[in-house]
Amino acid sequence: MSTTTKPVNQKAWLLVLPVIICVAFSAILPLMTVVNYSVQDIISPERRVFVGTEWFAAVMRDEDLHAALWRQLTFSFAVLAVEVPLGIALALSMPSQGWKSSAVLVLVALSLLIPWNVVGTIWQIYGRADIGLMGMLLQKMGFDYSYTGNALHAWITVLVMDVWHWTPLVALLCYAGLRSIPDAYYQAARIDGASKFAVFRYIQLPKMRGVLMIAVLLRFMDSFMIYTEPFVLTGGGPGNATTFLSQYLTQKAVGQFDLGPAAAFSLIYFLIILLLCFILYNWMQRVGTQTKEVTS
Amino acid sequence: MNEKRFHKRSLFLIAYIIFALLPIYWMVNMSFKTNAEILSSFSFFPQQFTWDNYRTIFTDPSWYSGYINSLIYVAINTVISITVALPAAYAFSRYSFIGDKHVFFWLLTNRMTPPAVFLLPFFQLYTTVGLMDTHIAVALAHLLFNVPLAVWILEGFMSGIPREIDETAYIDGYSFPRFFIRIFLPLIKAGVGVAAFFCFMFSWVELLLARTLTSVNAKPIVATMTRTVSASGMDWATLAAAGVLTIVPGAIVIWFVRHYIAKGFAMGRV
Repeated sequence: MSTTTKPVNQKAWLLVLPVIICVAFSAILPLMTVVNYSVQDIISPERRVFVGTEWFAAVMRDEDLHAALWRQLTFSFAVLAVEVPLGIALALSMPSQGWKSSAVLVLVALSLLIPWNVVGTIWQIYGRADIGLMGMLLQKMGFDYSYTGNALHAWITVLVMDVWHWTPLVALLCYAGLRSIPDAYYQAARIDGASKFAVFRYIQLPKMRGVLMIAVLLRFMDSFMIYTEPFVLTGGGPGNATTFLSQYLTQKAVGQFDLGPAAAFSLIYFLIILLLCFILYNWMQRVGTQTKEVTS
Repeated sequence: MNEKRFHKRSLFLIAYIIFALLPIYWMVNMSFKTNAEILSSFSFFPQQFTWDNYRTIFTDPSWYSGYINSLIYVAINTVISITVALPAAYAFSRYSFIGDKHVFFWLLTNRMTPPAVFLLPFFQLYTTVGLMDTHIAVALAHLLFNVPLAVWILEGFMSGIPREIDETAYIDGYSFPRFFIRIFLPLIKAGVGVAAFFCFMFSWVELLLARTLTSVNAKPIVATMTRTVSASGMDWATLAAAGVLTIVPGAIVIWFVRHYIAKGFAMGRV
């Protein structure tokens, strides 16, 4: 949201009210229920003991959780480091008009529209050395590739799958941002003799700020909560190599049926995402406004 | 110089599209094979071409009803998301009010709840209000992550429309609803299209909530596809055909909104 002066009008709350009601219905009660679980030891539905912050303390000390958290952070930042530049490059190279642009848009967007468990299934086959195209090709090229046996291969496969799956989101948003730049800007740049990099840095990038912010935040949140795709592809293995936070949480909540600790864990998890998103959001807004000052 | 640059860019684009399409091609390829052929040999084209997998899906109600259920709740969700998000986005883009920034960020936080543990409370909540296994339950649950996004996108589009337009309309005696529907909505048509595309997409591909909140009557296709593990192993061929069909509705939707995306939007005041 931009900060230019807007008239103060408290009646605007009435316009926001429907959204708050809709979202709160599904947001607040489940959240309160989870808070409720997190401070109790649930032995059976009838027998519950209040334990205060015990679960939170236990979760904070959990070594496996720390490992999963680092794995998750590495993964999410790797996702951003690959997908954002690749998405921008893709957007810059997509044709701007004509039937080609329509065709390219649809082709690029296809992977976004595949349900997440299907994504996992596709890559499960695709990476198999005996019947999958990628696995087969890698074997032919002399790699002893196996995403089920080798931890590093598994991790990279999940990353490549995510890049394949989600780079189009970044690309589509950036593409839309680029298309909103009037031709006059480019003409002015040409008259000034601006280099290609200067055009990118001072015209294209600032214009993509708003859409990039959406793209980066969405990619960050969603990759931080990634569950279905690695669950189908690797099941978190081999070992713990691709057990990201959600996976670990599910193992705890469903596998061991420790509702109390799992709830405490979810709340901590939620707060971590919230904090990181808050930092990203504010940082991107500040960087953006500074760029604007430079250009104007 | 220009010619060379053009080539480099095209090459990169073509390379990416090949990277993007190969896994999908592999699924399409598999969908025309039999299970025996998928598991026994490696081939770029189906050796015994068959439509059987698609026939199974189109004749077995437990398969095709999954698509219908999914389309119903996705449509309900998209309509509600856009309807409630429009006035809210207008409020955020045009006025300041107490707590506006906080509400805006609070909305976004709802996309950040890790699903695993929240599934049980969702199940309890929707059982309590008697909505379990209905399309509306899934549609309502998906509002949680779609409404914030719709508000965000629409707010961006609306902020690109100069405020003088509103003021002129009010001076001309337009009431707020009449102005909004007659004048404002046509101006942000592209934003509505883009927001609807994102709502459609995120609701269509979501699995965990949709599976938790349904059992029989509203079972979505994504959940149907998780039960293809049978005694004889994975039914890869049918799964592949079902996967190919899940792309079709989305591809149609993106075809309709492609002009809006190609026209461009920068989000926020420019």
